[in-house]
Amino acid sequence: MRPSDFLVIPFDEWINIFVRGWLVPNFRPFFRAVQVPITQVLNGLDAVLAFVPMLAITAIFAALAFKYVGRGMAIFTIVGFFFIDMIGLWPETMTTLSMIITAVLFCCVIGIPLGIVAARSDLVWKFARPMLDVMQTIPSFVYLVPIVMLFGVGMAPGIIATIIFALPPIVRLTNLGIRNVRADLVEAAEAFGSTPLQMLFDLQLPLAMRTIMAGLNQTLMLALSMVVIAALIGGGGLGLVVNTGLGRLDVGGATAGGVGIVILAIVLDRITQGLGEQSKVKTVSLRQTLISMFRPGANAPAETGKVAP
Amino acid sequence: MAAKLKIKNLTKIFGPSPAEALKRLRAGESKATIFEATGNTVGVNSASFDVEQGQIFVVMGLSGSGKSTLVRMLNGLIKPTGGSIHIDGEDIAACSPATLRRVRREKVAMVFQHFALFPHMSVIDNAAYGLKIKGVAPDERRERAQAALDQVGLSAHAESKPSDLSGGMQQRVGLARGLATDPEVLLMDEPFGALDPLIRRDVQDELLRLQKTLKKTIIFITHDLNEALLLGDRIAIMKDGEVVQIGTAQDIVSQPANDYVAAFVADIDRGRVFTAETVAVEPAVLQLDGDTAGDAVRTMEEQNRGAVYVLDGEQIAGVVTYQQAAAADRESGTSDVPIAEVMITDYPSADPGTQLVDLYGHASTGLPIAVTDADNKLVGVVEPEAVFAQLSGDPAQDEAPPAPLADDAAQPAAAR
Ligand SMILES: Nc1ncnc2c1ncn2[C@@H]1O[C@H](COP(=O)(O)OP(=O)(O)O)[C@@H](O)[C@H]1O
Ligand SMILES: [Mg+2]
Repeated sequence: MRPSDFLVIPFDEWINIFVRGWLVPNFRPFFRAVQVPITQVLNGLDAVLAFVPMLAITAIFAALAFKYVGRGMAIFTIVGFFFIDMIGLWPETMTTLSMIITAVLFCCVIGIPLGIVAARSDLVWKFARPMLDVMQTIPSFVYLVPIVMLFGVGMAPGIIATIIFALPPIVRLTNLGIRNVRADLVEAAEAFGSTPLQMLFDLQLPLAMRTIMAGLNQTLMLALSMVVIAALIGGGGLGLVVNTGLGRLDVGGATAGGVGIVILAIVLDRITQGLGEQSKVKTVSLRQTLISMFRPGANAPAETGKVAP
Repeated sequence: MAAKLKIKNLTKIFGPSPAEALKRLRAGESKATIFEATGNTVGVNSASFDVEQGQIFVVMGLSGSGKSTLVRMLNGLIKPTGGSIHIDGEDIAACSPATLRRVRREKVAMVFQHFALFPHMSVIDNAAYGLKIKGVAPDERRERAQAALDQVGLSAHAESKPSDLSGGMQQRVGLARGLATDPEVLLMDEPFGALDPLIRRDVQDELLRLQKTLKKTIIFITHDLNEALLLGDRIAIMKDGEVVQIGTAQDIVSQPANDYVAAFVADIDRGRVFTAETVAVEPAVLQLDGDTAGDAVRTMEEQNRGAVYVLDGEQIAGVVTYQQAAAADRESGTSDVPIAEVMITDYPSADPGTQLVDLYGHASTGLPIAVTDADNKLVGVVEPEAVFAQLSGDPAQDEAPPAPLADDAAQPAAAR
């Protein structure tokens, strides 16, 4: 004897009825409209990246890597990008890059304000938190089907799937960063008559920036990890190369695509991490560090750099 | 002088059911029993006091006595459970958020215990913060912030980050930030509590120096009685959320309202609290021309004094002791001895504001100390015994209290 002898719940039927019978017919125009900005941003980026010569793009990324990470990373960027070009995957890599930048851009546009609102209202956070948990734990294949039904196939639906998957970290870490701003500083700002917006821009965002950048980095990494899955519903680029290789059991092609993704991931990861380090509150200037190195009596920067108790 | 702040029955209860706790509080239950029964914490219990324009009003109490809660209600950072706060007639306890913001921008600034400087801004941007919030244009903002930094002696560090400065300097920045908007009221929550004793002394003196010219109305919170006595024009002592005594430093030390306050002031350096004028009495005087040694003896016997001062018109000429006057009078038989012959011209003198610690030396000469005003006119005398009696905490003039020279307005009734 078991429960299903008494009651069988046609759960899948319900979902079908809900999605096919109600959501799709009633909201089709809405879902079409949602794609428009995504498509436009993507097309714009795609055009720019296709137009700019390969060497120029490499130079830009190498310069960023040099500025925010160091010389080693700059060299890696040049070697890696040259390698991608030489294995013939440069155009696909640029397509993937524009997809990822688009997805991350929308994640920021949606996620940072959401994180701010969540940080300011316990009620909002109470609702947002389980939703973010669900978004992160549902296997992405599960929502590919409804996405295809609602949005069709193509680049934009692929990016939408990516956005859903990559959104949680930036919301979480924006929320966390703002909530972690020292309470006495918030109180001080309030005591001088700050409005909530003044507080946000003068105090909370600058002090939370490092955490928010960590969120951006995680979001970017999640977006990269969706590249192959997004290709299943019509996203192009390196993901498509991997998928095609998989379909034909062409191990060489699949590996080439995979290597391209890995190189891109490493470069983007390190640069955004470096960006995050930059935006932390500087407590010790370079000058001071140098002075303390040459003057044995001077306090170590780690000591003088501490925020007052 | 008008009262700048009028605080009446101000009460704050933290916790899930303030209304119930308030009822119990009104019924006379203690903070501890209310917490046990209802889980509510009494932060401040029915505090009432006025603060005069231009005064430093010190709130003193042990940790947890409700000082921070009290001061935070004054600018609305904590919303009172009951009571009223009028600043220039405007009720802070019952005004809109917009009004509250205006009051904070225009009128009431705050200085914090742990400085609460913004770590991502330079010192001058920190000092200019209040002006920025008010919408002052960048150029003027910089100028005024720089002026505020000048006041606290930090102009050279304008471009540093707060973390590059020592604790004492950081709190000067906090003070500059508070002063830059030129507020009328300054709230200071244990501003020097986190500083080393030596540095604390420095910034205390600095505050007193600034206050001489600025004449702000200052609410100053401290847990250090010495600091309270040094800075406070008036002092409120808090215990378990209640104000147990309000008065001048001298009121509190000389007439503690209860055992709690008495225990507090027991090991206070009374020599620094009391001044010459608090122990001075009306002088008995003679005139240089006309009066004789015999007159001096009679005056001293009538008034039961050991010495009298001799005036030459308005100015002090010297002092005559009973022994010398009596001896001269006896030896001369029936002829009169001019008073100038027995007068000591090297007499001890002090300002009314001189602290008793600085009168030790004078008092040990045995002569009464002449208390003189700015024009060197004799306004009172301090008997040596009075100095030692006051220092020992036992002003033994119960039967004949000294007539304090200070006018009565400055000596309000001690306890409420
Ligand atoms: N936000 C709060 N929630 C609950 N209880 C509080 C809160 N703030 C202060 N209290 C309580 O109120 C009392 C007074 O605290 P406080 O004003 O900080 O004292 P003080 O500044 O004199 O040390 C203490 O018992 C404290 O535990
Ligand atoms: Mg406190």
